[in-house]
Parts: sequence; structure tokens; C-alpha cells
Amino acid sequence: MRFSQAWTIARHDMGIFRHRWGIMGPLIGLPLGVGIGFPLLVSYIIATNGGSSFATYLPQLINAFSFWFIIGAGALPTTIAAYGIVGEKVEKSLEPLLSTPTTDGEILLGKTLAALVPTILAIWAGSVLFQGLIDWASRGALGYLYYPNWEMSVILFLLAPLVCLYAIEFCVLVSARVTDVRSAQQFAGITFAPLIFVYVAGEIGFSLDTTNLLYISGIFVVLDLALFLVSRRTFHREEILTRWK
Amino acid sequence: MIHAEKLTKRFGDLTAVDGVSLDVEEGEVFGFLGPNGAGKTTTVRMLATLISKTSGRAEVAGCEIGKEADELKLRQQIGVLPENVGLYEGTSAYQNLEYFGHLHQMDASTLRNNIERLLRMMNLWEKKDDPVSTFSKGMKQKVAIARTLVHDPILLFLDEPTANLDPEAAKMVRDVILELKKENRTIFLNTHNLDEAQRICDRVGVLRTRLVTVGSVEALRSGFSRKRTVVRLQRASEELVTAVKSRLGKERVELSGDQLFVDVEDPARENPDIAEAVVAAGGRIIELSQVSPSLEEVYLKLVHEEEAAP
Repeated sequence: MRFSQAWTIARHDMGIFRHRWGIMGPLIGLPLGVGIGFPLLVSYIIATNGGSSFATYLPQLINAFSFWFIIGAGALPTTIAAYGIVGEKVEKSLEPLLSTPTTDGEILLGKTLAALVPTILAIWAGSVLFQGLIDWASRGALGYLYYPNWEMSVILFLLAPLVCLYAIEFCVLVSARVTDVRSAQQFAGITFAPLIFVYVAGEIGFSLDTTNLLYISGIFVVLDLALFLVSRRTFHREEILTRWK
Repeated sequence: MIHAEKLTKRFGDLTAVDGVSLDVEEGEVFGFLGPNGAGKTTTVRMLATLISKTSGRAEVAGCEIGKEADELKLRQQIGVLPENVGLYEGTSAYQNLEYFGHLHQMDASTLRNNIERLLRMMNLWEKKDDPVSTFSKGMKQKVAIARTLVHDPILLFLDEPTANLDPEAAKMVRDVILELKKENRTIFLNTHNLDEAQRICDRVGVLRTRLVTVGSVEALRSGFSRKRTVVRLQRASEELVTAVKSRLGKERVELSGDQLFVDVEDPARENPDIAEAVVAAGGRIIELSQVSPSLEEVYLKLVHEEEAAP
């Protein structure tokens, strides 16, 4: 496996995505919305409910909001991976790509990086805003700086990349069965449905503390490995040329 | 350059390519003819290591097909133009070529020079920065051919390069292939277009799942049993044709305009009799000549014979 080949593919795909509003819109909008919107909401809640009386519930609320970065990590790469794989299938540019001295694994890694790198960078950038603004809004009520903390570190450096990989691998599987980008996005959207349940659970009392986040990460490690094995088999040049619709 | 022995590909119960054996020499333009579904694209895909073979063996540019270690080395040396050009429409011609150059791990200056040389050769240098989506079909096909050549391959697989093109664009692409032929590149050309094969190819193979025949266009035509003598007359009449038919045989003679077509087996022996029959029937001969069957006739006969075979 040559990383340089994979990176050539990833760089090329990212260059194409830069000009697509359908990709750039959510990629900028979602982290920015979460990064600014939720801190403003927290600020508003503190202002209207009185800081000290609300301080007990504030960490749970902030943790629930921070979970949106995980949902984003599941949602954003599906758009990119759908364009990267189904888009090539629609434009029939996969066959010339497969004719180059590049292995299937290198192509798959390139496509994965093209979806993973911008998503994670966008999530991280949004989280910097989020953490800074939350600290600004909640310091008075909490009496200390809430961020940085271990929960957010697990979310940003472990869970978000794992969820992102899970969404991309699912998208590879979907790509073999659909004939247009929109269908791929819709099918792949199923991937982040379980995350919504976790989020709702967080809202009604399930603690999104470091331990639970690590448990959830463990589940995604298993899911990622399983999906990797299946998607690796699906993304095989003979399969692509003769079986993909 | 290419050596295949009993190359076979099956998809489940369907045999797409059945025991194809052929050799293509270095610098040769080899035309692969056959109807839709004959297995031409599958053969190219096997030879280009895009799909695996079911059985048989093949060696392309010194690399063994099916040997994983050889496959990347082989794809470094060949260029494949698929039936669908598959360009990145939103990017420029230059960027399309540059991407493939990078995938072939070319150094920057060689890549720059090759791109410029190829785009100039295709008369596209002035449009190098325009998005490919603004190009005509013929121009896109030329960009795709340039992409196939960007890493200077020694062997080219061109799959129906003029299919779906208008006559002008098809001619443009054929001229490019003729240029490549002058550069002494080995070209494996899948085509439906028999006129194209006749003009470009040194040898052709006719495929209908099995390889029906291989040879030079001339050899195929001369090996074809049906020969015809054409008698151009000053003026043809029904009475004259009837009289000639009664002397030479009704089945053998056919009138088209002022020309009589007569099927012959041995022109040297039979042509004097034909001339004598026409003159005796009152005909005035302007010219008497021999016509070889067209590649189309040979092709259709071979394909139909193969169809009729058990």
C-alpha cells in the first residue's frame, strides 16, 4: 500500500469538492452552526434562568450539545463519499482510474481520506469555536472553565474519526447498489440514525461522560472493522466493473 | 507484445470469452472485431488486468496476467481507453492529464512536457484550461486519448474509440490513431467500424465469444471464396441480361445500373467466357474488372457462419 498514491487521489477529489456547494455548504455550515448556535443558546438559557440555579444541569446540557460533533462526523462524510464514489460511477471515470498502476486498496484509502480529512478538519474547527464560546458563556455560572476536558478530547480525537470512518465505509457499500449521488446520500443517511438515539438518550439522562463515550467508541471500532472487511470486498476492481449497477 | 493462450472468462454460467489464443507483435495495430456482446471489452479488460481470467494464460508486455506482482508493472506500461471516456468534467483538460500523470508517478517536468506535446498534437493546447464539460464529444475523446498516452505507454488498448461520434469527430480520432501508428506504438483496437479496421489495422481478429479468425485484412479478403467480376456496359437492357443469364447461369448474374456482377471461382478461366457472352448478347463493354469482397462481407459471413455453428 503506497500512501502517496492514495493521497494523490484524495487531493484530486478534494480539489473537485471545493467547487461543489452541495459539499462545501454542509461542511462549513454544520460545524459553524453547532459551534456558534449552541453556545448562544447556553448563554440565553443562563441569562433567562439565572446562572447558579442552573449550574448543576449545565454540564449535562453542554455534553449533549457537544455530541452534535459526532452526529456531524457521521453526516458530513456521506455527502463527500457519495460524490467521490457514486459521482465517479455516474461520470464513468472509475474504469480509467482502475487502469492506472494503483491498487484497489490505495483507491479506497484515497476516497476515504478525501471524505475523512475535510470532515475532521471542519469538526475540529467548529469545536474550537464551540469550546471557546461555551467557556465564555458558562464560566460565570459554573465558576470554572468547562473546556478543555476529557469528554471533548474523546469526542474529537477518537469517536468522531471512528464515526466518520463508519459512515464512509457504509457509503462504499451503498455505492455499489445505487446509480445516483442523491440516492447514495439518502441511504447512507441511515448511518447516523443510531447516533440520534444516543443523543436523545443523553438528553433524557444517559450520561455522556468519558467512560460511556469510550464504550461507544469501542462499539464503533468493532463496527468499523466489520464494515471495512465488507467494503474492501465490495471495492474490488472486478466487482466494480462487472457487478456495480 | 501480447501472447494469449486459450484465454477464457466465465461469469457464472455465461461464457463471455471462450479459449481465445492470439499474438500481437510489437508496433502492430491489431483490430478486434465482433458484434455487441462478443467479448471484445471483456478480453481487453482481462489483458489490461482489470478483471481476472477464468482459465488460460496470457502475457502482455512481458508480464504474466493473473500474477499479482506483475499487474502494477503492466498497468504502468499500458494505456487503456475505455468505451466511455470517463473524464472529470468539472476540471480542465490539463488537470485531467496531470492527475493521471501523477497516478503513474511521473516526474513533474516530464509530465509537463508530455501534457503540452499531447495537447498540441490533439490541437487542444489553446483550450487546456477550459473545463472539459465545455468540449464537444470529439474533443473529449481526444482528451481521453491524450490521457491514455500521458505516461508514454508501449501498448494501447482502445475500446471503440470512434463509437457514438459524428463522422467529423470520428475522422479526427482516426487521424490521431494513424499518427500513433506512425510512432510505432502497439495498438489493440476494439471496433465495430470495419472501414476503420480496414484503413488502420495491420491485422484483425474476428471474435464471437470464440476467436473466429485472425489475419491481415487482405488475407481475409482473398481467403473469402466469393469473387466477383464486374462488367461495366455502355447500356444495359433486360434482353441483354436475360441472354447473359441464360448462357452463364441465372444465379450467378446480377444487374445494378449499367454494371453486371458475375460470381466467379477462377477469374482467369471464366472472364473470357463472360466477355464473350456479353458481346454475343449485343452488349458493348466499357470495362471488365475484378472486385474483392469488402471486409464487411467477410466479417458478416464469418459471424453468420459462427452463429450457425452448433
